Amino acid sequence: MSVHPNDIARRSRIATLALGALILSLMVAFFNAQVLQHDRYKLQSQENRLRALPLPAPRGIIYDRYGNIIAENLPGYSVSIAPVNVDSLKSSLTHLASVITLSQDQINAAIRRFRRDPNRPTLIMSDASMSVVSVLEEHRINFPRFIIQSVPKRFYPDGPAVASFVGYTGEITDADLNSPAYAGYKPGQLIGKGGIEKEYEKVLRGTEGVRYDEVDARGRQVRQATPRLDLNPEPAPPLYTNIDMDLQRYVAGIFGDSLVGGAVALDPRDGGVLALYSAPSYDVNKFTGGIPADYWRSLLNDERRPLVNKTTQGRYPPGSTFKLVTAVTALQEGLVTLDSRMPTPCTGGFQYGNRTFHCWTYYSHRAGHGDITLSQAIEESCDVYFYQLGLKVGLANLIAGGVSLGMRETTGIDLPDEKRPLWPYAVDYYNKTYGARGWSNAVTLNLAIGQGENSQTVVNMARFYAALATDGNAPTPEIVKRTPVKTRIFKLSQEEMDGLRTALAGVVGQGTAQSARIQGIMLAGKTGTAQTGKFVNGVEQNHAWFVGFAPADKPTIVVAVMLEFGGHGGRAAHVASSIISHYLKVAPVTAVQTEG
Amino acid sequence: MFRKTLADYPLAITAIALSLFGVAIVYSAGQTDIPTYVAPLWKTQLMWLGLGVLCAWGIGNSSVRLIEWATWPAYLLTLFTLASLLVLGAGTGANGHMRSWLAIGGHRLGQPAEIAKIVVVLMLAKVLAERREAPKSLLELWKPGLVVGIPFAMIMLQPDLGSAIVFVGIFFGMLFWSGVPWPLLVLLASPVVSLVLSFSTGLWGAWFLVLIALVLWYKPYLLEGIVLVVANVATGVIAPILWEKLAPYQQNRLKVFLDPSADPRASGYHVLQSKIAIGSGGLFGNGFTLGTQKRSGFLPEQHTDFIFAVVGEELGFIGVAVALTLFLALFLRATRIATRANDPFGSLAAFGLMSCWLVHVVVNIGMTLNLMPITGIPLPFFSYGGSFMLASWLGIGILLRISGEGRGQAGAIL
Repeated sequence: MSVHPNDIARRSRIATLALGALILSLMVAFFNAQVLQHDRYKLQSQENRLRALPLPAPRGIIYDRYGNIIAENLPGYSVSIAPVNVDSLKSSLTHLASVITLSQDQINAAIRRFRRDPNRPTLIMSDASMSVVSVLEEHRINFPRFIIQSVPKRFYPDGPAVASFVGYTGEITDADLNSPAYAGYKPGQLIGKGGIEKEYEKVLRGTEGVRYDEVDARGRQVRQATPRLDLNPEPAPPLYTNIDMDLQRYVAGIFGDSLVGGAVALDPRDGGVLALYSAPSYDVNKFTGGIPADYWRSLLNDERRPLVNKTTQGRYPPGSTFKLVTAVTALQEGLVTLDSRMPTPCTGGFQYGNRTFHCWTYYSHRAGHGDITLSQAIEESCDVYFYQLGLKVGLANLIAGGVSLGMRETTGIDLPDEKRPLWPYAVDYYNKTYGARGWSNAVTLNLAIGQGENSQTVVNMARFYAALATDGNAPTPEIVKRTPVKTRIFKLSQEEMDGLRTALAGVVGQGTAQSARIQGIMLAGKTGTAQTGKFVNGVEQNHAWFVGFAPADKPTIVVAVMLEFGGHGGRAAHVASSIISHYLKVAPVTAVQTEG
Repeated sequence: MFRKTLADYPLAITAIALSLFGVAIVYSAGQTDIPTYVAPLWKTQLMWLGLGVLCAWGIGNSSVRLIEWATWPAYLLTLFTLASLLVLGAGTGANGHMRSWLAIGGHRLGQPAEIAKIVVVLMLAKVLAERREAPKSLLELWKPGLVVGIPFAMIMLQPDLGSAIVFVGIFFGMLFWSGVPWPLLVLLASPVVSLVLSFSTGLWGAWFLVLIALVLWYKPYLLEGIVLVVANVATGVIAPILWEKLAPYQQNRLKVFLDPSADPRASGYHVLQSKIAIGSGGLFGNGFTLGTQKRSGFLPEQHTDFIFAVVGEELGFIGVAVALTLFLALFLRATRIATRANDPFGSLAAFGLMSCWLVHVVVNIGMTLNLMPITGIPLPFFSYGGSFMLASWLGIGILLRISGEGRGQAGAIL
C-alpha cells in the first residue's frame, strides 16, 4: 500500500465524495418513491388490502292487484371464494369437495366465472343449504378465502300456480354477459329468466352494494374496512300486477294434474291480466339457486311440454271461436246484417266445386241447421252458414279482415318470447306457398270457420274477444299495472255490437255451450273444436276452445281457455265458466253436457 | 496497550444507534395481524446485539497487532469451515437449496459466510500491507486475488450469489484504498462488464472499444493486454451458456430486476410488495408497527432481506433519511479511521470493513426499491440474524481498536 500522507488524503477525499454521492442518490430514489409517487403506491397498498365484496340487492317484491305476494325474498346463503389464480381456485375447490358435496358442474361453473372476472369473488353456490354453511363455518380456518354471505333468495309462495307468468331467476349466462342488453352485469349475478322476472329485469334488479373487507396476504378477512367506502345494496321497488292471486290459484286448481292447455283471464276494460296459466306447470322454487339437473331433464322430456307457455307461445287452430272474426269482417264490410240468411240452408253439408264441406252436425247426428240468420249461425256455430259467408266476403277481404283484427300480430303482453299468431298476410301467401295453381278458392271455406292456415295464441283470442266485449277496442294485455293501451280494431254500430253479444250469450244460453251457463248472470262466449289431424284409436284428438266474457251486457272479465287435445269445445267452456263464476262470485248451474 | 481515554465514541454511538434502530424494526416486523414466528425474534436479536457489543468491547481492548497475528489462523479456519459446509451444510427454510448454514447435530450454529467476510478483509489487508508500493499490473495482483478468490469460489458453490458479490466489493474497495490506479481496476473488472453487456451486441461493442482505448492508454504488459482482450471476448461469448447454467430462480430474479411486473405473483412479488410498502409510507410513514403491508403479510421477508421496506412504510421518508444518514456517518467514520490509522494493515482493514458494509447497504436497500437485483443479502445492524449481528459488531470492535491506535484524537468528531 502506498502510505504517503498525500496519497491517503487524496483517496480519503475521493472515498468521502463517492460515499456522499451514493447515499444521496439512494435518498433521492426514496424521496421519489415515497413523496413524489406516494399517491400511486398508497392506492396500490389499499387495493392490496381491500377486497370488494359485492352485496346482492333484494329483487323487487311482486304483488297481485290486492297486495298478495307473488314473489318475495327469503334469507339465503351464498358461498364464494376470492382466489389468486385458476390453479389455486382448482385446488381450493378440490379441497372443498372433500368436505361438502360439490358436483363437477358446479366446479366448472366456478372456474368459468373466475375466468370471466378474476377480480370479483367467484361464486360457488348461490343457494347453499344450512348444513353446507355450518360445515364450512366449522372448517373456516382451513378455508381462509371462502366467503359465506347472507344473500336474498327468491321465493314464490304459490310456486307452480304462478310459474306461467312470473318466470324465475337464475345465474346470468355467458351468452347474456356478451350481449349488450346485459351490459354492466357480472358473472354469478342473478337475472330474471322468463316471465315478468325477465320482462321487468331492469325494474326488479335493484342496485348491488359493496362492502370492503380488509384481508391479509393469504386472503383471510382481518376486519371490516372503513365503512365509509361501503355502499348498501338498494332493494328494487315493488312491482304491482293486475293478477288476481285468488283467481290464479283457482285456475291452477281447475287444470290440476290432468288437463293440458292454457287459460287467460283479462279485464276487457283495461286489458289487465287477471290470471294466466299454462298447464302442466312446474315448481319455480326448485329453480332458485340453480335448477337440479334431473328436474330440468324431466321437464324437457315431458311430452306435454311444460316449459312452453301455452297461452303465449303455443299456437293452435282456433276452430269455431274464429267465426266471430269472419262475422265481424262481414258486418264491417256491410255485406250482411245479423238477420241475413245465406242462399243455401244448412243440410249438414255444402257443395263447393267437386267437394262437399260438412257442418259439424253431420258428424254427430247427420242433420243440418236449416235456414238460419247470422245470429243463429253464431249460436249454433253453423259451418255451412260460415262457408257461404266466407265466400261472400271473399278470400282477399277475409284475409285483410283477419289482419286488421290482429290475427297475425302479437298482443304485446308483457311476457318475453310471445309467439306471433299465424295467418296469411294476403292472397299472395297461397301463391307463394303452393304455387299459383296449387290451391283453390276452397281455402276460403276453411279459413272462414277457423281451420286452415290459421294458428292463434290463447292470449290473442282473449284480446279479440275483449274487443267484442267492449266497443271494438282491443286492449293490450298487461300483467304489470301501467297505463292501459287500447287499439281500435273494428267499428260496428251499437246495435251490431249488442246483437253479437246477444248471439254469443245465446251460445251459452241455448247453443253449443249450455253447460257453461251461469245462474244469475249472462255469460257470452264461443266454443271451438279445432281439428288437429291427430288420431288415437280412430278418434280425432281435437283442441277444445272456449273464449267468452261475462256479464254479457256489461263484461268485466274475458276468459280464453284452450285444452290441448281436449276434445269438444264444451269442456273448455265448462272450465271457463267455472273461472268466471269464481271471479264474479256466482255459482254456475249444474253442468249439462250437450252435443255440439 | 490499553488506552481507554481515546475511545472512538462517535463510532460507538453511531453503531449503537443503528443497532437499536434495527432491533426496534425487527420488533415491528413481528407485529403482524396474524402473529407468526417472527413476533418474538426481536428478543433473540437483542441478545445477539449484547453478545456483539461484548465482543466489540473485548476486541476494542486488545491490540491491532494481536488482530493481525490472529488473521492467518482465522483465515485457515474459515477456509476449512467453508469447505466442510459444502459437504455438511444445511439450507434455511426460505432458501432450502443453499448450503450456507453450519449445523451440528441438527442445530444451526450460524452462517460462516458472515464471519468469513471479516476474516477475508483482515487477510486481504495483511497481504496488501506487505507491499510498499501499490500493485501496478494485474500480474502483481495474484496474491490478493487468491486470498479473495478461494473463499469466493467456495461461497459461489453453496451457492450464495449475494455474499459472493460482497467479496468482489471488498476486493475492489481495498485495492482502491491500497493505491491501485483506477485504469487497472477498470481493466480488472472488464471481463465482468463484458459478461453483463454481452446480451446487447451494440453495448458490448461500445464497451469493447472503450476497453481497447484504455489498454492502449494505460499500456499494461503486452501479455496482460492480450489476456484482457481475449478474456473480454471469451466472457462475451460464454455469457449465454452461463445464463443457461443458472438455476431458473436465479434467471427469474434477473428478469424481474428488469421488469418486476413480468412475474407479479412469484419472483416479482417481493419487489412489487416492497415498493408498494415503501411508497405508501409517504413522508412520515404509517407510524411505528402500523405498516399495513407488513401487518397483513403482503411484505415478504419483512424481518430479514426486506426489513428496510418496514422502515419505509412505517417511518416514511424521514425514517429512511435518518437510517441512511446513520449509515453515511458510519461509512465516513470508518474512512476517517482508515485515513488516520497508524499502519497500512489497520488502514486497509478499516476501509475493507467499510467496503463490506457499503456493499450490503447499497445492494440491500437498492433491492427494496428495485434499484438492484434481488440477491438476498442482509442489511447490517437491521436484518434479523445472529451471525451477521455478531460479525458486524466484530467489525465495529476492530474499527474501535484501529481508531484507538490511530493518529490524532480518536474521539474527535472530525
